[in-house]
Amino acid sequence: MIPLSHYLILSATLFAIGAAGVFLRKNLITILLSVEIMLNAVNLTFVAFGRYAGDLDGQIITFFVMTVAAAEAAVGLALVIALFRHRESLNPDAFTSLKW
Amino acid sequence: MEPYIRPVVIGAMIFIVFNLLIVASAILVLAERKIMGFMQQRYGPYLVGPHGMLQPIADILKLVFKEELRPKGADKWLFTLAPVLSIVTAFVAFATVPFGAETTLFGLLDEPIKLGISDVNVGVLVVFAVTSMGVYGIVLAGWASNSKYSLFGGLRASAQMISYELAYATSLAAVILLAGSLSLREVVDSQQGTWFGALPQWYLFLQPIGFIIYVIAGVAETNRAPFDFPEAEQELVAGYNTEYSSVRFALFPQAEYINMVTMSAVATDLYLGGWHFPGVPPEYGWIVFLAKVSVFLFVYIWMRWTVPRYRYDQLMKFGWKYLFPASVLNLIATAALVLYFNA
Amino acid sequence: MPETVTFYLFAALAVGASALVIAQRNPMYSVLLLIASFGALSGLYILLDAPFVAVAQIIIYAGAIMVLFLFVVMLLNAPKEDAAEWDRAHPLRAPGVARWGTLLAGLLIVQLTSALMAVNEYNTPVGAQSDATTVNSVADMGRAIFTRHTFAFEATSILILVAMVGAVVLARREDNQ
Repeated sequence: MIPLSHYLILSATLFAIGAAGVFLRKNLITILLSVEIMLNAVNLTFVAFGRYAGDLDGQIITFFVMTVAAAEAAVGLALVIALFRHRESLNPDAFTSLKW
Repeated sequence: MEPYIRPVVIGAMIFIVFNLLIVASAILVLAERKIMGFMQQRYGPYLVGPHGMLQPIADILKLVFKEELRPKGADKWLFTLAPVLSIVTAFVAFATVPFGAETTLFGLLDEPIKLGISDVNVGVLVVFAVTSMGVYGIVLAGWASNSKYSLFGGLRASAQMISYELAYATSLAAVILLAGSLSLREVVDSQQGTWFGALPQWYLFLQPIGFIIYVIAGVAETNRAPFDFPEAEQELVAGYNTEYSSVRFALFPQAEYINMVTMSAVATDLYLGGWHFPGVPPEYGWIVFLAKVSVFLFVYIWMRWTVPRYRYDQLMKFGWKYLFPASVLNLIATAALVLYFNA
Repeated sequence: MPETVTFYLFAALAVGASALVIAQRNPMYSVLLLIASFGALSGLYILLDAPFVAVAQIIIYAGAIMVLFLFVVMLLNAPKEDAAEWDRAHPLRAPGVARWGTLLAGLLIVQLTSALMAVNEYNTPVGAQSDATTVNSVADMGRAIFTRHTFAFEATSILILVAMVGAVVLARREDNQ
């Protein structure tokens, strides 16, 4: 039997990896992928706690999180396409013209 | 004895199903060419073996002995991964399909064993999930070949597959409403019995429109005619598998035939009552199942050589503007009728 | 025992694939590795007696969202990051980040882990306090979504509609009039 803490540690590790990806990578698509990793880590936490408490609400929340992640990925990728058409680059450092 | 027999029986069942799927794709190659021949008033393959029965063996030997090519700019890993993905998802999809009733194998086992590789309580969704993973094999094949024809063929094939997944899923949802369960075995078992002693209680008669939508979406999912524009020889030089040769190539049509068998098996389970037939005892249900799946496969082949191919934009328009709204209306109507008759 | 082995296998696969996702130069490989990670997570959901979430993960994430990512990567022909540039400008090579950033990240993970393991009640097995049959019923889940969480459901459907229209509008090629 697997203690709850194991699932939580795994989820924390995945979240940390996703956060590291968002901060460190210089490619817009990889940044969006790292956001997806973070959302999945959160889903795992929800389902683990739901199972621990015997409640179905954990799984119901993941249903909504997945839907929101899908919507966000669609809009994010549309933005990436629009940006790429403008500057021909996927590096976020190429879009700094509003910086002081 | 009993604890040792059961794993052996399960292992034998898995072995038989696995090999039967591979042999089925070989038989389908022959069946397609023979039926095509007879429909075109000729004999089809005739020379290899009696009446051309050994033709698939000749085909496979030829493919195996060809040279394994890989284009220079092709991505090394993805080029080999793509056919592997196709064939693996094809096999896994069939693993959740039950093909027979519970049987004790004529008293060999103490407890009955369910005829099917695995019985998942969300089986309908698993089939859908694994078929939607099959898109990757094709799109990666198109991309990894580093060739324009392959890329266009791959993109078009995958766009077609994901478009028809919607109609596929909504027609599945209507059947689930009627059956009240997501497990394929329970869907089949809820189609037992007959009305008025003669008409079997299959969902085909309760959901005729849903059945037609499902079959059309299934044909489009497996990239078979009349929806095989992305791999048609006259259009795109064989599309996504242009640059493939030998064994890697052989895996693509094999995956396609196994997908055909899976779609036919799932259609049989959902709409034709699976292994139930009035008057047939449940131990021999798998024979009934095989017969129904063969009827479906014949209809697949018949459709390919009778109707002309859809052009790509006609195909997409049909999928989005006609088939998907029709399946949604079917679902709403089914839901309304279920509510009315259960209240 | 087989449950423990399966858990560690899937966990190692998920963490390994995710770590490789952020370390790959080729975005196509990143997408495929993330699909592998999602598959491992799906296996973990099955271990947690959540079959519907597991299958929904494959259908929605691995089967739809990742296909979208794949299409965009192919459409933009996203280039592999240049090797020399990668080595020179990689943030982990900057002296500040390399020294303090890694230290802080490691410290965070150690702290989180020890905090989670110190809470005694979290050390009980996940399935110990509740019955599996109450949580893996799809019918109950459907009933709960359409009765208790109706508002969230309707709001999500509007969200998807807005996202769909927004994506089409944002990615449309501008016509030069």
